[in-house]
This record gives sequence, C-alpha cells and structure tokens, in this order.
Amino acid sequence: MNAPVKSQELKSGSTRRELVVGATLVGGALLVGCSPGDILAMGAKSDFGAFGPFIKIGADGAVTVISKHIEFGQGNHAGLAAIVAEELDADWSKVKVEQAAANAKIYANIGIGVQGTGGSTAIANSWMQLRNAGASARAMFVDAAAAKWSLPAAEITVKDGVVSHAKSGKSAGFGDLLAEAAKITPPKTPVLKAPKAFTLIGTDRVRRKDSQAKSDGTARFTQDVQLPNMLTAMVAHAPRFGATVASFDATEAKKVAGVVDVFQIPTGVAVVAQNTWAAKAGREALKVTWDESKCQKHSSDKLTADYTDWAAGKGTLPEKTPWQVFQTQGDATKPAQGQIFEAAYDFPFLAHATMEPMNCVAEIGGGKNKLTFGSQIPTVDQLNTAKIVMTLPGKVEIETLFAGGSFGRRGNYQSDYAVECVHIAKKVGGGRPVKLVWTREDDMTAGYFRPLTHHRLKIVTDKDGYPMSWTHRVVTQSLMKGSPTPTKGIDETTVEGTKGSPYLKATPVVDAQVLMPDLDVPVLWWRSVGATHTAFVMEHTIDQLARKAGKDPVAYRLALYEKAGAKRHIAVLNLALEKAGAVTPGWSRGVAVHESFGTVVAQVAEVQLVDGVPKVGRVVAAVDCGIAIAPNQIAAQMEGGICYGLSAGLFGRVSVKDGAVEQTNFDTYRVLRNSEAPHVETHILPSGNAPSGVGEPGVPVIAPAVANAILALNGQATNSLPMVKG
Amino acid sequence: MATTLDINGKSVAVSAAPETPLLWVLRDEAGLTGSKFGCGIGQCGACTVLADGTPIRSCSIPIASLAGVKIATIESLGGSHALQQAWVKHDVPQCGYCQSGQLMSATALLAKTPKPTDADIDAAMDGNICRCGAYQRIRAAIKDAAGLGDAAETAKA
Repeated sequence: MNAPVKSQELKSGSTRRELVVGATLVGGALLVGCSPGDILAMGAKSDFGAFGPFIKIGADGAVTVISKHIEFGQGNHAGLAAIVAEELDADWSKVKVEQAAANAKIYANIGIGVQGTGGSTAIANSWMQLRNAGASARAMFVDAAAAKWSLPAAEITVKDGVVSHAKSGKSAGFGDLLAEAAKITPPKTPVLKAPKAFTLIGTDRVRRKDSQAKSDGTARFTQDVQLPNMLTAMVAHAPRFGATVASFDATEAKKVAGVVDVFQIPTGVAVVAQNTWAAKAGREALKVTWDESKCQKHSSDKLTADYTDWAAGKGTLPEKTPWQVFQTQGDATKPAQGQIFEAAYDFPFLAHATMEPMNCVAEIGGGKNKLTFGSQIPTVDQLNTAKIVMTLPGKVEIETLFAGGSFGRRGNYQSDYAVECVHIAKKVGGGRPVKLVWTREDDMTAGYFRPLTHHRLKIVTDKDGYPMSWTHRVVTQSLMKGSPTPTKGIDETTVEGTKGSPYLKATPVVDAQVLMPDLDVPVLWWRSVGATHTAFVMEHTIDQLARKAGKDPVAYRLALYEKAGAKRHIAVLNLALEKAGAVTPGWSRGVAVHESFGTVVAQVAEVQLVDGVPKVGRVVAAVDCGIAIAPNQIAAQMEGGICYGLSAGLFGRVSVKDGAVEQTNFDTYRVLRNSEAPHVETHILPSGNAPSGVGEPGVPVIAPAVANAILALNGQATNSLPMVKG
Repeated sequence: MATTLDINGKSVAVSAAPETPLLWVLRDEAGLTGSKFGCGIGQCGACTVLADGTPIRSCSIPIASLAGVKIATIESLGGSHALQQAWVKHDVPQCGYCQSGQLMSATALLAKTPKPTDADIDAAMDGNICRCGAYQRIRAAIKDAAGLGDAAETAKA
C-alpha cells in the first residue's frame, strides 16, 4: 500500500513558495485579519460566468478550461483540462485551454495560498478543485435538461458533451442547454466519479492542446508581443555582482538610429528603442562606469576551497553563519565503531538557460498597470509591481503568456526582470508598451543560479556494511535571501532530499547539518531544487557503500528501504528493473531512486565511456505519481527531465571569477544536444492515490544513475559535477 | 535605404540597415514571429530558417548577404506539413520555443535525405538546442514523417 499523497506531500512540495509569499506579504505591510488572497485580490476583476472561474462554455457547446497555472512546457494545461473534461463529460476533442488572469484569491494555488506555479504542484493542488468544477457544471446541465424535458435527473446521462435521456430518446448538446443550465444553482457538493469510472483520465487520449500552435509558429510568447506604438528596451547590467552605476555617457548610444531614450534604473542603464536591434546597438554604444566598491568579488574555485574547509571543520566561518542541524537521530556524541566511509562532493553554480531569455512587456501610466509575459508567480509579480507604481496589487493586470521554459527562473520573489521592465515603462509613461528583452548574455551572467554546493559525509557501517551512523555536512547558499523576511533557521530547500531520505531513516545515528553562507551571487530554485545535489549525494553514496560491503547496489537499497518502510521506493525500483530486463551487452548499468515533490522515481541507466566521456544509451524510468492523469505527458516529463538533469550532470557549469560569470552563452555553457540524448522508456506505477507532480522529480535521478554505472564499470566514484570537465 | 528580400515566396522591401541580422527583420519588421531569438550567436538554432533550402541561423546573418536568396520561415510550412503533423501526433513540443527552428532544420534534412538514418538526424539536428529535452520525440517525429515507422513514445502504465 502506498503512502497517501495528499495535503502532507503537497505541502512539503511547496514549502519554499509558502515561505516566499508569506515573507513578501509581511514585507508589504498589509492588513491583518484577512487571508492573503482576500487582500491581494482587492481591485481585481472577479466577474465570472455561470460555471465559475475555471469553465467557459460557448453557444456552440465548446468547453474552455481556464488554467490558473502557467504552461512553460510541463504539459499541465493538458492535465488540468482533462480533469475538468472527465467530470463534465465534455467532448475532449473540442476542449480548449485559456490562461487565467491574475487573481490571488480565485486562482490561488491551494498549496501556496496565492497564485503561482511551482514545486510540481499544478495538477496536485488543482485535482479536487477542478473535479468539483467539472462535476458541478455537469450537474447544472443535467438539472437543466431534467427541467426542460420534465424527466427525472437520475435518468439523464452525459457523454462527450451531449446530454441524453435514453428511454425518451431526447438529447441536447451543452450549447442547446446553455441558457437553462446557467440559471441552475450549482450543487454545494457535486457528486464526483469513482476513479474506476474515468474514461479520459489515465488514457493516451489526454494529449497536449498546444502542439499545433507550437509547431506552426503561432504560439505566443513574450518575445512575440507586438503592440501599437511599442518600444523595445535593453539594460546594460553590472559586469560584477554588487556593482552599481557610477556614471554613464549616452552620447553615442543616442546617435544610434532608432534609439529613443537612455536612462538609469536601479539595476543598470536602460536603452529604449524603436526595435530590438536598435536597442542592442544602442546598448553597445553606451558607456557606463561602474562602482565596484561594494562587490564581494567571489570566485568559484575559492568558494569550493572554503566550503571544503568549513565542512571539514577547518578555517574560519563567515560572520553570523552558524552550522544548523537539519536532522538528528540517536546519540551523535557517541560515534559508532566500525568501517568508515568518507566522501565529499562538489556542485557548481548552474544557469537555468531557458530557451527564451528573460523578457517582459509592461504598460504603465495613463490609467494602465499591465504586464504581459510568462508570469510564474503572478501574485508576487503583482506585489512587486504595485510597490513601484503605488497601487493595490490586485489592480496590476497580468496577461500570462506561454514561456519558453522556466525551470524555476521565472518564479522569482524579486520579480527581477519584470520589475526592471516596470521601472522602464513607468519612466516612458502614458501606458506606452515597453518590451524588455534580455539577451542570452544578460540571461546567463546576471543570474540567478543553482547555488554552488559542497557535501561532506562520514558514515560508519556495521559488519554487514549497513550504516550505523551518518554524519552529513552541506554548505550552500540559502534560496531565501532577498525575501523581505529571510527565513530564520533552516532553509529547507537546501537540504530536502538528504533530510527525509529513507537511508537516514534506516540509520540509527544521524548528525546532519547545513551551513548557509551569505554571498552576493544571486541564487534561486533550479528544476528539482535541493534534490539537484542531495539526490546525487545520497544515491551515489549508497552505491559506493554497497560496493564496499560487497553487495549488489539494488539489493542493498532494497534492504534499507525495507528497514525505512519506503514501500513506494521499493515498488518503483522493482518496476524499473523488471521493465529494463537484461543489461544490453556492452553497456554498464546504474540505478538511482529519489522522491521529490511527493513523487518517487527510479531510473536504470545504461552507460558507456567513449574516449572517457559518458554516453547514455537507454534509460528505463518508473514513476509513482499517484493517479496518472496524462500518461503521455508524464512520459514527456520523464524524457525531458532526464535530459535536463543529464545536461547538468555531464556538462553544466557556471563559474564565477572575481564576482563575474565566465560563461556568457551556449558556446561556453554546454548543454545536452540531440545526439547526446538517451532513449527513455517510462513506466507508471498504478496507483489510487491523489496525483502528485512530474515536472521536477525526473530531473535529479539521472546523474547519480549515470555515476553509478561508471562506478560499476571502472570502480571510480564521481565526486564533482559536471562529469565532463572543461 | 531599403533592402528587398524574398521571404516565403514574397518580395518584401525592408527598411532595416543592411548589417541587421535577418532574424530581427523577420520578427520586428516583417511581423513573422515564428522564428525565435535564443542566443544571438548561431549556437542554439531557435532562429533557424532556410536560405535556398539550406538551414541558416538567422540571428547571425545580415540581410545584406541575402539578396536574391529565397528565405523560408516556419510560416511557410503552412501548418499541416508532414513534419508538423508528426510533431503534433507525437506531442513533440513542451515549452515550444525552439520548435520552429527544429522544424526548419528537419525540413531541410528530409528535403535532402528523405530516409534519414540516426546518424543523419544527429548531424542535421545537433545545432538545435531544446532545453526541455524533447529530443527523443523530435527524432521519432522525423522518422514518422519520413515514413520510417511510428516510433511513438508513450508511457506504459
């Protein structure tokens, strides 16, 4: 029996966002005694149709599902629409999806309390809400038909958008009954289908609704927004973290044809032009002198050396930076006697490197406060905008578009690039549209990054090779810096995945601590967050312990999972191995298993070393994400997540030197390309539990699976990522 | 100073300076926003269009060098090209931002090599980055459009 995947795991998956939003609210000094959504939605439009804020039905009977979540690749729009269509018994082929407006209350993420997408929560938090919305609308059509036909509601059925009464032969489409249904009072507790009665959910019919638009060039991204009288802006950003504008000379920039204005904003100097190329040329002609007196001028090599020392108890810790215990069991003052295993692991800064560099369109002034862009946490973006333009957050209108990826980057509590655009549009004034365009170089060098991270472990094993005591030190920046009320104590996102690991649960004595130095290098969650490093450390360490004990890594894992009661881990590992079958001749196999965001994923990777470089051929993934709504998209997320994780594991590295980023574009920040992508087979564990997310959990498992395959091949452990140096 | 370009079979007079990269003329002046800006240095392929049938990175090619060259963008495929149908069938796109470029590279590949091998696909498609990692489906869709079988990638419950 699987563990329930309900509020508990939803909550754990979104803890960091709750903190973010809570912190932002406090910082905004808002009223006391109301819910955040009530306050933040003040002034927002809230006139919805008869079927509520999530469903629109046209006169032709066509159903449009309103998504409160942004679609930036995860496929959530397909899943969200399918939940509604299932309970409504709509004709799936005609269901459309529209992006919701910003509204902190009506469109709140239930796991967060305000509107936002992240923590792989879109489907999980919407599950009951959209089932109820669909079932409620369905009941309204049934009641309308019953009244119109003077027949018992119990005898009326709905299928593919057609309401019927079998005995009398009467039938009508949603469009035919629209006026009558709209007058029916929605049921307080609509009757939901039993999952076994689902005809759409869990089938291969649940496919993306945006594939056509994304294959013919018509899908609209922020970069594509063209509005009458619109200006395009670029910003000259500081070359080092912490630098500010000392002075600038715009003489040459203003001579560039098409440049309209040049002015300073808090984060640099903005060049506003008639079009993108003019803005870029203007920025190149601009001369800025930077004040670097407050720059900390960090370097990755020095940080790695310092982190290594601190984790080993050497050197002097930075001020106000204490070690903090994040998990403890047994008596850590009495270390066990036995075989000792020690290891340290290093992880670099990573760029999200979304295909669409950051951008935003803003119209400020003349009665308008509107943003048009890929807004991941609209409520936070509303708040940050409201502070600049001095209005109620709810009155900041946001039109959310598709975004060309995010991987966490657009979910930023500072709304960094959006705020930049708001400052520029405010200065331009009059509600004139301004599109801020970041170049790839801006995107890669300005941040934000997955933090550079160091782990150090000392594990004492018993006579059978199983851990008796586990000492663990993590050094990494907190992701909460810069929020109005930074977290006191542990930032859970820095340790999630080590904390709560079944391996620690199975170990009698645990002493796990984290040190969070405060640097001026901006950091942020990066697809799968803490698990980007913790999963690697835990899964690669386990393989080394198993081999040291002379045990098969799978059997070793299963023994620990049994001890920890980690039944879902056992189930996905067994499923992945069963489906993987025999090892392909000539390939080395590694496995890894990790739970994140309430979803457990096992991966079996087959690897060769070609001229010393790992080549990953086949990956078999097994996933337990509760009830599978869109199996095809779950597979897509496993395929894509594996590529994203493998890209980082093999090649991903941002290095900082003297406070500046050394990589500026894809020529120096290597990412996975088509010929390097493995062939992924996804298998979904049947489950009756509530759904959990799939956007992130596939990511962190692949790198340790590959490292374990290399360990099996040549006995060499991987103690730093990326695997391919230089 | 007008430059005349042949875009999707139409003669288009544009006012941008001759050194302006084609991408910005397509997007900002011709209103053809299907081709995307990704890196600006010809490394990611999001801006890929065809020049006399050959894939080029439009972010790095000044319009001055394109006189008399037939330029084809994603908009020229019409929406129901065999590759586009395969893209939809396989649900290739995730965020979708790179897909116009992927499709133009694939179009050039199939025009030259109607039955591509995996090595042909590697060579033709490695210039197009997809950060969502839709690579496996891109490969499957190309093979499907080429009539090399339906290697649909679906999850098995």
